[in-house]
Amino acid sequence: MRRLLSTALEVHPQVALRPEPFGALAYHYDNRRLVFLRSRDMLNVVESLSTYSTLEDALVASDIEPQRWQSFESAIDSLISSEIVRVR
Amino acid sequence: MSASPLVEQLKSGLDAPICLTWELTYACNLECIHCLSSSGRRDPRELSTEQAKAVLDELAALQVFYINIGGGEPMVRRDFFDIIEYSVSKGIGVKFSTNGAYIDTEKAKRLTDMDYLDIQISLDGADAATNDVVRGAGSYDTARRAMDNLASAGFGPFKISVVVTRQNVSQLDAFKALADSYGAQLRITRLRPAGRGADTWHQLHPTNAQQRDIYNWLSAHGENVLTGDSFFHLNALGPALPGLNMCGAGRVVCLIDPIGDVYACPFVIHDEFKAGNVLDAGGFTRVWRESDLFIDLREPQSAGACASCGAYDECQGGCMAAKFFTGLPLDGPDPECVGGDADALLASVPVSLVPRPSQDHSKPARVPSIVAGH
Ligand code: SF4
Ligand code: SF4
Repeated sequence: MRRLLSTALEVHPQVALRPEPFGALAYHYDNRRLVFLRSRDMLNVVESLSTYSTLEDALVASDIEPQRWQSFESAIDSLISSEIVRVR
Repeated sequence: MSASPLVEQLKSGLDAPICLTWELTYACNLECIHCLSSSGRRDPRELSTEQAKAVLDELAALQVFYINIGGGEPMVRRDFFDIIEYSVSKGIGVKFSTNGAYIDTEKAKRLTDMDYLDIQISLDGADAATNDVVRGAGSYDTARRAMDNLASAGFGPFKISVVVTRQNVSQLDAFKALADSYGAQLRITRLRPAGRGADTWHQLHPTNAQQRDIYNWLSAHGENVLTGDSFFHLNALGPALPGLNMCGAGRVVCLIDPIGDVYACPFVIHDEFKAGNVLDAGGFTRVWRESDLFIDLREPQSAGACASCGAYDECQGGCMAAKFFTGLPLDGPDPECVGGDADALLASVPVSLVPRPSQDHSKPARVPSIVAGH
């Protein structure tokens, strides 16, 4: 897995996020991929990525406890693979 | 493997559908013998352009990412381009299904110029003989001409959409080769006994041995072939096929029909599965979120006679529409249960008790030969 905590990230400009009771749906208009964000915390982090200079700052800002950072990091990694999130 | 927590959550419903089908018209130039919506003639109550745009405004507010447009033949509508261009301008992508009859060189160009547009051309045989028995004389050539026109216009990867039948199972490789030759994507879906398909299902649906062939073929081709997640009843045969593998009716899926009636899914056009109309107070949003039917469908469903089956987690008892229109109980095995658990029941359902579709827009007088022969 890529180490991403100190990386600057953003949501891909062709992606729309739709909050849902379980978290959110992310849809990429170009590659037509539909991806599930499996918690509201995840949605908050993803939505705020471009506001902060690193993933770590975004996690702190969303009050995610450090024990959960690794699972967020790997979830974000798979969002990068599906082009929902990208490196800025 | 039991259903994932995500699937459990999806079953209790979403704020808006993921997969919304909108049939723009019941009018059609063809009379396919398995038409899921019994299409043919236009319904005089069809939504107007203005009403259709108001629905799109609502879907945009709900953040519906894309809609599946079908019919009938949607391109029959004079305002077809007006509607799809409006949809895309609102941020709602369009995937539409067509028999291709109206995709001439000029329309192919116009479609190519649009963004966020996917096209599915229906084809039910890899050769004219197989296809035309189901879709009507000349329909194979019509579909191929549309594909040629899209290819010359540089549309890119359109989709070839095949309903798998007893007669075309052996052509899966040929369909794939055809799609590859166009740089297109193959989509195969399950035949359901809906619409006129309820009358022809017994002649057209794959045999149990063929179902295993479909499963093996899909397992070998993985994500390269689209299925609309429609074959999850085959998961009882082995490792699950890709996809969500659940019946999404009223949970993640729904249908808006040409007159604005909202049904739980495109394959259950029957009063029992009608949740409301987009023109009712509160519009589509209220139907989706508050209708008694949809709220019921989001409750945990009983496994009934399937409860003792070891494959229930993977197969989920199959397709509600398939059970309903073959007269089987909804909490029991799918008529195509790969374990054969529905066979005896199916044979014992009196024809008079099998529900009929509530809407029939078939053109009068044509008795499909395959039905007349039985
Ligand atoms: S009823 Fe059948 S076709 Fe409709 S959503 Fe459920 S499984 Fe799919
Ligand atoms: S008995 Fe029910 S759960 Fe088991 S394979 Fe048949 S339809 Fe699926």
